[in-house]
Amino acid sequence: MSHAATGHLETSTGIDNKKLLMWLFLASDCLFFGSFIAAYLLYRDRSLVGPYPEDLFDIPFTSVSAFVLLMSSVSMVLALSAIQRGNVRGLQIWLFATAALGALFIAGQAYEFTEFYHEGLRLDTNLFGTTFYVLTGFHGAHVTIGILILLSLFIVSLRGGIQQKDSLTIELAGLYWHFVDIVWIVIFTLIYLIQP
Amino acid sequence: MTLADYRSKRGEPALPEEEHGEHAEHHPGALEYTQIGLILAFITAVEVGLYYIDMSHTLLVAVLIALSIAKFSMVVLWFMHLKFDNRLFSVLFVGGLALTFAVFIAAIAALRGKLV
Repeated sequence: MSHAATGHLETSTGIDNKKLLMWLFLASDCLFFGSFIAAYLLYRDRSLVGPYPEDLFDIPFTSVSAFVLLMSSVSMVLALSAIQRGNVRGLQIWLFATAALGALFIAGQAYEFTEFYHEGLRLDTNLFGTTFYVLTGFHGAHVTIGILILLSLFIVSLRGGIQQKDSLTIELAGLYWHFVDIVWIVIFTLIYLIQP
Repeated sequence: MTLADYRSKRGEPALPEEEHGEHAEHHPGALEYTQIGLILAFITAVEVGLYYIDMSHTLLVAVLIALSIAKFSMVVLWFMHLKFDNRLFSVLFVGGLALTFAVFIAAIAALRGKLV
């Protein structure tokens, strides 16, 4: 009996291997970010020289960044919802919106890093600088990779390469995108809002 | 023989992908996703508001962590569809989170006070 007739995939688990692999990757990426967050929390109040977090953090600005990334998750899930209904035009609009919101978040991070640099915080200034830049920098790199994936999918969809039957591809990209959002939810609370 | 075939021969009701397909039909629509997005935005606004309120640090930390967990769970359950998808994905992700939390606590407990 064919795959279409049975409604399941002929894998040892009966579920799609690409989706399984994505969830495995996300589970392993939890450890990646968990380690950097633990390092930040251990070292942030051990700097011998300033500037310190309380001298630099601009909570209203970072709150807007957090809001932008959160809303990009909404637009991403709307893109998936659109293609699952066969609405390719909707997919294109929401994919582009998600990439644009992601780019806005990265622009905000670049501005924040520049401000911190001018305030005297470099990668090697103190332990706060080292752990902060490494943690948020790796998160920014993840977001940047996500934007490139979204723009690639947007271009492919413009060329007619994504139809309703390809919704799993959008779902996988969405899983990655939502993951970088939940990592920022944790970073925003533990690093920015909760200070010693 | 695949696990799917094995389960089918045993007469078990739903193969994993069938479960997925069945639940996929119950995925939320655009309206529900938007409502969840608004709730997430509201929680973020509450978090930022709490930051400026003069209150006990311990209470502030507890409330902020609780709100953060609520946001995290909403994104994972609804936007990432763990609430509707195959349980194996939940097992994998929660396993990864549990391992991360264990390493996190072990690192904090082992190294706090011993670092220069």
